Amino acid sequence: MSIFDITRRNLMTLAAAALVSSATAQAARAEETIKVGVLHSLSGTMAISETTLKDVMLMLLEEQNKKGGLLGKKLEAVVVDPASNWPLFAEKARELISQHKVSVVFGAWTSVSRKSVLPVFKELNSILFYPVQYEGEESERNVFYTGAAPNQQAIPAVDYLAKEEKVERWVLAGTDYVYPRTTNKILEAYLKSKGVKAEDIMISYTPFGHSDWQTIVADIKKFGSAGKKTAVVSTINGDANVPFYKELANQGVKATDIPVVAFSVGEEELAGIDTKPLVGHLAAWNYFQSVETPENKAFIEKWKAFTKNEKRVSNDPMEAHVIGFNMWVKAVEKAGTTDPDKVIDAIVGIKVPNLTGGVSEMLPNHHITKPVLIGEIKEDGQFDTVWQTDGLVAGDAWSKHLEGSKDLIADWQTLKCGNYNTVTKKCGS
Amino acid sequence: MRAAVAALAAPPFKVHFMFCLRNVLHAFVLLLGMASAALAGPYEEALLKFTNDSYADTDAAIGSVARSGNPLSLDVIEALRDERLLIGSGQVFIRRTSGELINAATGQAWGNQVGEMKPVRVNNRVRRAIEAALGGLTLLSSDAARRLEAARAVFRSRDEAALPTLEKAIAQESLPHVRDALESARAAILLIRPDAPPMQKLASIETLRIRGDQEALALLSNLPSNAPSEVVAAAGKAADGIRTHLAFWEAFQSVWYGISLGSVLLLAAIGLAITFGTMGVINMAHGEMVMLGAYTTFMVQELIRTYAPGLFEASLLIALPLAFLVAGLVGVILERTVIRFLYGRPLETLLATWGVSLILQQGVRTIFGPTNREVGTPAWMSGALDIGAMSLTYNRIAIVVFAFSVFASLLLVLRYTSLGLYVRAVTQNRRMAGSMGIRTSRIDALAFGLGSGVAGIAGVALSQIDNVSPNLGQGYIIDSFMVVVFGGVGNLWGTLVGAMTLGIANKLLEPYAGAVLGKIALLIAIIVFIQRRPRGLFALKGRAVEA
Amino acid sequence: MRTQPLFDRQTTLVLSLLTIAAILVPAMNGLVPRGSALHLSDHLVPLLGKYVCLALLALSVDLIWGFCGILSLGHGAFFALGGYAMGMYLMRQIGARGVYADPVLPDFMVFLNWKELPWFWHGFEWFPFAALMVLLVPGALALVFGWFAFRSRVTGVYFSIITQAMTFALMLAFFRNDMGLGGNNGLTDFKELLGFPVQAGSTRIVLFVLSVLALACGYLLCRWAVGSTFGKVLVAVRDAESRTRFLGYRVEHYKLAVFTLSAMLAGVAGALYVPQVGIINPSEFAPANSIEVVIWVAVGGRGTLAGAILGALLVNAGKTWFTAALPEFWLFALGGLFVFVTLFMPRGMIGAAGDLWERSSQRLRAGRSPEPATHAAE
Repeated sequence: MSIFDITRRNLMTLAAAALVSSATAQAARAEETIKVGVLHSLSGTMAISETTLKDVMLMLLEEQNKKGGLLGKKLEAVVVDPASNWPLFAEKARELISQHKVSVVFGAWTSVSRKSVLPVFKELNSILFYPVQYEGEESERNVFYTGAAPNQQAIPAVDYLAKEEKVERWVLAGTDYVYPRTTNKILEAYLKSKGVKAEDIMISYTPFGHSDWQTIVADIKKFGSAGKKTAVVSTINGDANVPFYKELANQGVKATDIPVVAFSVGEEELAGIDTKPLVGHLAAWNYFQSVETPENKAFIEKWKAFTKNEKRVSNDPMEAHVIGFNMWVKAVEKAGTTDPDKVIDAIVGIKVPNLTGGVSEMLPNHHITKPVLIGEIKEDGQFDTVWQTDGLVAGDAWSKHLEGSKDLIADWQTLKCGNYNTVTKKCGS
Repeated sequence: MRAAVAALAAPPFKVHFMFCLRNVLHAFVLLLGMASAALAGPYEEALLKFTNDSYADTDAAIGSVARSGNPLSLDVIEALRDERLLIGSGQVFIRRTSGELINAATGQAWGNQVGEMKPVRVNNRVRRAIEAALGGLTLLSSDAARRLEAARAVFRSRDEAALPTLEKAIAQESLPHVRDALESARAAILLIRPDAPPMQKLASIETLRIRGDQEALALLSNLPSNAPSEVVAAAGKAADGIRTHLAFWEAFQSVWYGISLGSVLLLAAIGLAITFGTMGVINMAHGEMVMLGAYTTFMVQELIRTYAPGLFEASLLIALPLAFLVAGLVGVILERTVIRFLYGRPLETLLATWGVSLILQQGVRTIFGPTNREVGTPAWMSGALDIGAMSLTYNRIAIVVFAFSVFASLLLVLRYTSLGLYVRAVTQNRRMAGSMGIRTSRIDALAFGLGSGVAGIAGVALSQIDNVSPNLGQGYIIDSFMVVVFGGVGNLWGTLVGAMTLGIANKLLEPYAGAVLGKIALLIAIIVFIQRRPRGLFALKGRAVEA
Repeated sequence: MRTQPLFDRQTTLVLSLLTIAAILVPAMNGLVPRGSALHLSDHLVPLLGKYVCLALLALSVDLIWGFCGILSLGHGAFFALGGYAMGMYLMRQIGARGVYADPVLPDFMVFLNWKELPWFWHGFEWFPFAALMVLLVPGALALVFGWFAFRSRVTGVYFSIITQAMTFALMLAFFRNDMGLGGNNGLTDFKELLGFPVQAGSTRIVLFVLSVLALACGYLLCRWAVGSTFGKVLVAVRDAESRTRFLGYRVEHYKLAVFTLSAMLAGVAGALYVPQVGIINPSEFAPANSIEVVIWVAVGGRGTLAGAILGALLVNAGKTWFTAALPEFWLFALGGLFVFVTLFMPRGMIGAAGDLWERSSQRLRAGRSPEPATHAAE
């Protein structure tokens, strides 16, 4: 029978696994480097967005090492692939912190991946820098949110459309998950507070990867032909955008008639679309590749040289990692150690220049200050900044426009609390 | 070889001729411009506003330039539209498409050194103003298509200033469809113009009622608040009429969406109908054949962009045979190396082809990168055809026509060619066919190649409406299986009926249930249906069923 | 009809290996001092626990595919449903410790302005009820689905395809936020299980041991089922369904029973999986996941039960290694495995090993006679 063979195989695999893990652990202890974890999907559905962020981190680390490293030590990247699989995100986060002993992790893209790793970072007391615009309604001691909160993207965009394009009727179109749901909820409350009537707001949700947009685009056209100027606020995610924009172009919805402002479409996404019919549609971000500042120019040059690709584009979440990384470096220098507790205390108030000419600051609620830029799509797939906020906007962890969260604030410096209720004066109730 | 490529790349004769004509015209305009250069009129003042780099000033300047009557004004506005209007050291320049610069104020040539000049920036507000201005300026154009475009632009902008030109254009117009467009533009202006007499307004309402589309409805339901009561009443009545009319057409529109979705499903599933239906092979890598077809289209377009930009309009037609060959070849290789060892073990085939699909996906991801690739739409596929209140976009029409022609040709191949005869024979009774001297294994390979090739050309069509990414095929595999199983295995007609039924049902459900619930409801309906008729709508009768 | 003894050599071996694992893992993690080469680091405990849960899922697939010829490409759905049942219990245990501090509603409901708990959430605050649901929900779905399918004799690939449609429809449904189960984010940020904090090392150890115990029980149950008269009929159905029917057996009843049992096992696996990985979300319903389970079984050896466990452990360990060391090649490796196993190892590792063992022992028995392997040509 086969029995003995199994035992042998099993034992050998177990032994091999034990050997491998203990060997890497010892190697980790032997070298004098500071380890930086990179937790972005390199395969699966999210690879399309996240692979770039891994490359940015590698570039930033290389650059820092050229400057002499940090605290006299070299920085070392530990890259793992959570493969767009949410439980695997938690597993890999645990591996990075417990096994590889990284000092900090830069990673995650989707809300669900962040939610999946949160408990791990809290339990093992490490630091996560999260670079993507998100739905807000969260502030954790171990997480730093370098992407935009809804008040740093959605609300200024709507203000712009109402003011500049005289929009009176709104279509809020999104993919059915938590970021669009929350953003649309905030926007709906905000628009109503500005006197927009309920019948002038249309909300539509579609599943992930929705590919047949005929009916919805026709509905948008119909909704837009009621005589009032209409705009679409799109929180449509990822792959569904390409067929959506293709259908818009095919049905002749032009930006001059019904502009679409998107919060999840950046330079990377446009690279896969024929942008000629889309000229004039908008996006709201905190960074565009086309911004003409010396910092950005230098960054793009370095980026193209690092990737050895002249056509490589840069986008908003990349800038978020640049800001986040520089903030972490400054905080470590200030604290004189990479110990998470000390760094978490040191980082609040740290200011670093962003790539759009301003200086971003880490706030006590672990969000940062950012400018808001509105750009129109150009023929070459880049954005032309048509409007931007005068100064920087501070990120709100809790939206002022939502029933459940309008009394909550986050402050990790004095209150040491992520959800302090200003009415009951209590943390977490 | 090189010469041939160059010849292909050169613009055809007609363009050359037009080009010369334009140059002559420009020279003429230039002379005129010099004559008026000395005077600083409203045109020159308006031009200066462009240098302020403010969208509001640019917007205002466009109107003044258009009204100025200056011979250069059309050039200025067209240059602005194409971001060829440059500003530098307080002056405005037009950059010709040939690269030469002229001073927009005087018309003087200015060499071709752009230097520090920057284009005047354009946003949606400016674009709207450009559209309206161009509309007013081209109403009397000699080109009917431009006149039509201009009439539509005026209809949208409702710019009162265009009214006199509009009247003139209507009086001259000989083509009925352009005339209709011009008249509805006039109606739109008159309806909202406060001082127009009620008689004119009533006539306008009648024009718009006959036009009867959503835009007319929008105009009629948003009258200025000070409109006379009989006008309001007439407009209300006309609007109600249009609404009924539109509601009537809406059903047709939904059915059309359904047919077009059904065609996409048909394209994706029809290759599967051959491999699964006639050969009993579960090819989970079928979606990846579709993906390969889409990537072939991308490659063809890339090559054309680099070597023969003039052929771009024909890129999809060139891609069709190539996509068939690429996917078909991969299919034959797959059949020869993997599937032929697994005949009679359908579940194992399923697993092995799933493995192949993973390898193909990751292979494409490694070669082309994980991001979407851009596949352009040829000009003849953009735009829409209006029938009644229904709007059929050309690219969907193309896909529907294409799907049906693929279906028809496949039917013909199976019915009238010897390959088709052999395939049918092997399908019905493999052993008997073998005994009659048909080389069944060769037929298997060819049939598999045919099915995969058809999937490849489906990819060419899908590249027009969906992402060209490594995940493209994954999105269609479950739907394709549903179509084939629902329609009945081994019957192409079943696949057609299945695809159309599912497409139309989906689109009729969507307005009520929403996109997600509609799809779930349909999946459940299919599951229940298969339990009632385990062999699908058009089940093959006879012994083949037992195989 | 003779039934096999329950404790044959394979069973004894599997059970003793599982016992060793249940003792060794906690010991290496808790008793061996940190820094020792034999110490098992904390992050490996939930990882191994996860493998064990997936092995139980593979076992449930092998029970129906290996012994009854039913290839379900939707078994991930039962696994996920079990996981959701457990997740709902864990969500209710959070109580007022959520970020919005609502004593009743989970955070995502407050977030979406829900005012009261949907009806199907009631009862999940009691562990016994949740545990019952872990078994009942997947079981009931399997019962209903199977009753329709088997009664109308949907078999073979048709059955596989509609199970795939089932899990796909469930995935779409669970992705909807209106469903009341957290949408894409699913259920996460669990605090405690039966009063023990889920993040604590000791809870993890206990969960690991429980998972091993569940796997052992599942294995015994399957072994008992396939060794009994019931099992003989299942194999008969697998090999000649019509003939079995003509002999007077109510084939659909047998199929339904084993399908439901298998779904319940998958549900238990999901329930144990969720507290160890800390999240349950609709991507567990993805058809690709269910297909992957089938390959674990095929790699280990279909119809051997032990093979399913072996295959699940090996492929998942491989996945962990590949996604860390060679991320780009994981899908190539997995895809290649599918093709290789179906083409060259149709009986999986256990089958291949068995053949090898058979042949070498025959050669031993045949002494040193230089007889070439004529048996191979049979």
